[in-house]
Amino acid sequence: MNSRGNKWMAEWLEGLGRLTLLAKESVASLLTIQITWRDLLYQVYFTGVKSQSVVLITGAFTGMVLGAQTYFQFHKVKMDTATLAVVSITMCSELGPVLTGLMVAGRVGAAIAAEVGTMRVTEQIDALRTLATHPVDYLVVPRLLALHIALPLLTAEAIAVGIGAGYLVGVHLLGIDPTYSWYNMLRYTSSSDVVVGLIKGLLYGGIVALIGCYKGLYCGEGAEGVGRATTEAVVYSSITILICNFFLTLALGAIFHTT
Amino acid sequence: MIEVRDLKKSFGTHDILDGVSFRIEKGESVVIIGRSGGGKSVLLKHLIGLLKPDAGQVLIEGEDIVPMNERELLRVRRKFGMLFQSAALFDSMTVAENVGFAFRRERSLPPEEIRRKVAEVLEMVDLPGTEDKKPSELSGGMRKRVGLARAIIYRPEIVLYDEPTTGLDPIVSDSIDQLILRVRDRLAVTTVVVTHDMRSARRLGQRILMLHNQQIYVTGTPDEIFNSQDPVVRRFVEGVSDPKERNLT
Repeated sequence: MNSRGNKWMAEWLEGLGRLTLLAKESVASLLTIQITWRDLLYQVYFTGVKSQSVVLITGAFTGMVLGAQTYFQFHKVKMDTATLAVVSITMCSELGPVLTGLMVAGRVGAAIAAEVGTMRVTEQIDALRTLATHPVDYLVVPRLLALHIALPLLTAEAIAVGIGAGYLVGVHLLGIDPTYSWYNMLRYTSSSDVVVGLIKGLLYGGIVALIGCYKGLYCGEGAEGVGRATTEAVVYSSITILICNFFLTLALGAIFHTT
Repeated sequence: MIEVRDLKKSFGTHDILDGVSFRIEKGESVVIIGRSGGGKSVLLKHLIGLLKPDAGQVLIEGEDIVPMNERELLRVRRKFGMLFQSAALFDSMTVAENVGFAFRRERSLPPEEIRRKVAEVLEMVDLPGTEDKKPSELSGGMRKRVGLARAIIYRPEIVLYDEPTTGLDPIVSDSIDQLILRVRDRLAVTTVVVTHDMRSARRLGQRILMLHNQQIYVTGTPDEIFNSQDPVVRRFVEGVSDPKERNLT
């Protein structure tokens, strides 16, 4: 490997090490500090309540296009009434959590990196430290906890709205029989599909919060540094979610016997 | 008491501090002077553990803070207050929330008591009645005053000032200098000021340390420094650039 490759590898490993240490420090802090409920509620409001519109629109249109496309293919083999079952399982275990994670990474992950990064370059984080406040306690823990709470709830919303939108398109626009569709959906969707989706949502919340905070805490100097941190927070969160999704599907499938 | 022993720090291949040693006694008022980019602020940040040196020791009341982790440092930092060059106010909070931040985090006092202490310290920095203002509504001098109020509200033993008069007009600079002296005398704190403003240095320091070529080049009383015949010190005191540098620009 050439020297440029070695440097890239060293930087990547250093970043991974710092991220791991931040995760460890956050967990230790979560178990020992007294949570400020006001800060936590504000973060739940900002990360959860304010993300609802974008998540609901994504969930609804994904459910609609998934319903329509599944119907077009299934109609060829006279399996129209299985359409909603496919929509339901896919929304629960894959598209619901992944799309919610990606949308929240774009909206909240970017905002976290920009806010924390700006605090770093304007010495506000150093000021926090001089006021005997650990930045992880004050900045990371409330955001991490808030996203762990908000993302499973947003995922549940996206799943429900996606299935509802798929039902509307399938039954009212494409004319699928509602009774058999509903029956097949309930028959093939198990509660473990929903649980898998919510567990994924919980983990993706942690990924978005940790990477956003990490990029902000270690961002470069000036406006350029904050801009780069913001972009990298979104890109790295999204890629991590997509990669983790594959391994989680296999692992959770084996645990809950959904595969 | 603060003692720095053989402190070394570099960023990449660029040496900033190379064997800096000095001692500051309790209650003393010390000014660190030196060229812009010469490592004064870096040195100040080492005193409170915001930066880790590559080598050397920083002793605060006999306790070496260099090997401490961030959580252990929180305990030591309770002895310190620090005013940053940019004031570093939390821009999402009001003046009262900024100033009372440490007490609100500790939850050691009831809200009415925190409000009383905030009002008292704002009075001390000549900014009464500004509790509900946001940092964006304040001028540069007012921001520095709020930063100072935030640094001294919990009665620290040591107050660090990073370029307190940079970017301010001479009249506001003078009022900030007076304020630093007032805080020093009223609270009997150890004062460490980093500056390249020689007027402030003369007024604030009982002792002046000059940082030059990554080391403490000279130390002395303001009179000794201002009357020094050393060419490096003279050039700095009089604000005359090095002829070699003149040719470069």
